[in-house]
Amino acid sequence: MATIVEPTIFELSSPGRTGVTMPASDVPEVALPPKEMLRSELPLPELAEVDVVRHYVKLSKFNYSVDDGFYPLGSCTMKYNPKINEDTCRLPGYLFTHPLQPIETVQGNLALMFELQEWLKEISGFAGVTLQPAAGAHGEFTGVLMMSAYHKLRGDTKRTKMLIPDAAHGTNPASVGMLGYSVVTIPSDARGNVDLKALEAACDDTVAGMMLTNPNTLGMFDEHIEDVIKLVHDCGGLMYGDGANLNALLGIVRPGDLGFDVMHFNLHKTFSVPHGGGGPGSGPVGVSQRLVDFLPSPLVGVLEEGDDETAPLYGFVTPENSIGRMKAFHGHFGGGLVRAYTYIVMHGPDGLKDISQYAVLNANYLQARLRDTYHIPFDRICMHEFVAEGQFPGSDVRALDISKRLMDYKFHPPTNYFPLIVHEALMIEPTETENKDTLDRFADALIKIADEAKTQPELLHNAPSTTPFGRMDEVKAARELVLCCWLPENYEELA
Amino acid sequence: MNTPSNLKYTKSDEWFDPATGAVGLSDYAQSQLSDIVFVEILVDEGEEVEAGKPIASVESVKASSEIYAPAAGKVSAVNRELSDAPETLNSDPFGAGWMIKIEGGTTGEVMDAAAYEAYCTGREH
Repeated sequence: MATIVEPTIFELSSPGRTGVTMPASDVPEVALPPKEMLRSELPLPELAEVDVVRHYVKLSKFNYSVDDGFYPLGSCTMKYNPKINEDTCRLPGYLFTHPLQPIETVQGNLALMFELQEWLKEISGFAGVTLQPAAGAHGEFTGVLMMSAYHKLRGDTKRTKMLIPDAAHGTNPASVGMLGYSVVTIPSDARGNVDLKALEAACDDTVAGMMLTNPNTLGMFDEHIEDVIKLVHDCGGLMYGDGANLNALLGIVRPGDLGFDVMHFNLHKTFSVPHGGGGPGSGPVGVSQRLVDFLPSPLVGVLEEGDDETAPLYGFVTPENSIGRMKAFHGHFGGGLVRAYTYIVMHGPDGLKDISQYAVLNANYLQARLRDTYHIPFDRICMHEFVAEGQFPGSDVRALDISKRLMDYKFHPPTNYFPLIVHEALMIEPTETENKDTLDRFADALIKIADEAKTQPELLHNAPSTTPFGRMDEVKAARELVLCCWLPENYEELA
Repeated sequence: MNTPSNLKYTKSDEWFDPATGAVGLSDYAQSQLSDIVFVEILVDEGEEVEAGKPIASVESVKASSEIYAPAAGKVSAVNRELSDAPETLNSDPFGAGWMIKIEGGTTGEVMDAAAYEAYCTGREH
């Protein structure tokens, strides 16, 4: 096994080595705060610039990214992020502005935000959009907060339950729990739809609403979506759409038209904002007419209409029953909003529709190629992703072993063990940006691995063997939470 | 799959010992979850629990899962040793892996060992 070990930057440190020389101070000296408020030591590594550069370049070579290869991580929409986004988000007018500048000096930024709000409304069929939320789960929290405010304002206080299908993302029940709602789990039927009978039984006047991902995490478009929404609306509930899987729907179906009342967009999935390195995400939220007055404040609006000669004056507006500010300033502007705006401009309406059609086509192509080798429990035309079982009768090979072996074939593994309703789940989302050659190479690798599972299972159990590090001990990593590279001397006392 | 016949089982994979009031996670469930790395018991001795309400939270390298009370009643004991040794749920699910004991209660929806085995087999595919 190839084992390349790079020490930590602290281990590379040598006292007195330095990469910078501090210039003479050009500001007056001031007295330091009292001694009790100062650290006695600051254990920073001491290295020359070249050592720092080499250390991080080496580490970066261990990494795997969407710029490196295929990344079929289901439900994450790890599409290629066009490089023009990197140019636009670094334009000086966007880069060198401050959120507290007078609005007259940042009209270009505000115009971009206003247009992005309008476009997201058009794409989703909603009446209003906020760009504030910093990520998908933050968008969920924002959306559920608006649902709660809507019921409260109407004096409808007995609604304490939120309906969530068993295929939902884990963030859904978490967001609901943050607002004190109790979760009622709705099972899926044999075709991967919401079980209508179970839903009907759960719908009563204590239901605040339902959170539904459509297509769901099985990659299935709910065949009774209109019935589902009607049942929830008829009992007085509101319908929340988790927009994580919007990449399947652009230009084809608008959640607002289906009757959803609120939905978050994951700009870092569908609209090519980079993610997977810990953010920053961007989770704007769209709402139907009955929730527009509850949107967070401020929104970007037109303060003075323009005409042929003059541009409009953009500024900030506050909806009448606003739930208030959800984030300092105005969302992830350069990191998220400018990139998403660029992506929409570059594609246009027809291009956006192409994205979803190719995403769905690619997923169905892979599903068709793998169907005879891997059991697909909900086997029908899928949307942008599908879920296979990573297990074979009579074999002790599990999804994790298959995923680890895929790394030897230079592919990022798919999502493992989610959704929970599929045994040994392998959730595969190719996205629209992959060509047929890549899809074929991936399918070939998975078919070969299935054969290896029968003939040489130890290859899978011991995989990966061609990566800089071999099989990680995931149990040890989860049980022994040592996340710090150095420990203060009085660690025992602090603990 | 090991399913002791003196125990009752729930659809959410808890076992309940009517003789001692002990509650735990079934062998089938621990094998599905694989290596369990974290256990948090959410109730204390003396607390009243309702059948079907969460009493513990369990995390494995694959998934996290709630454990629900198979019976209503008063919590008479809590197995505090599990938090330092969550792997006990894998190695001895029906013995040292017990989570809490419930006394004086009525059971919720439970089935006997044979019915539970059939239920688990039905879930394989």
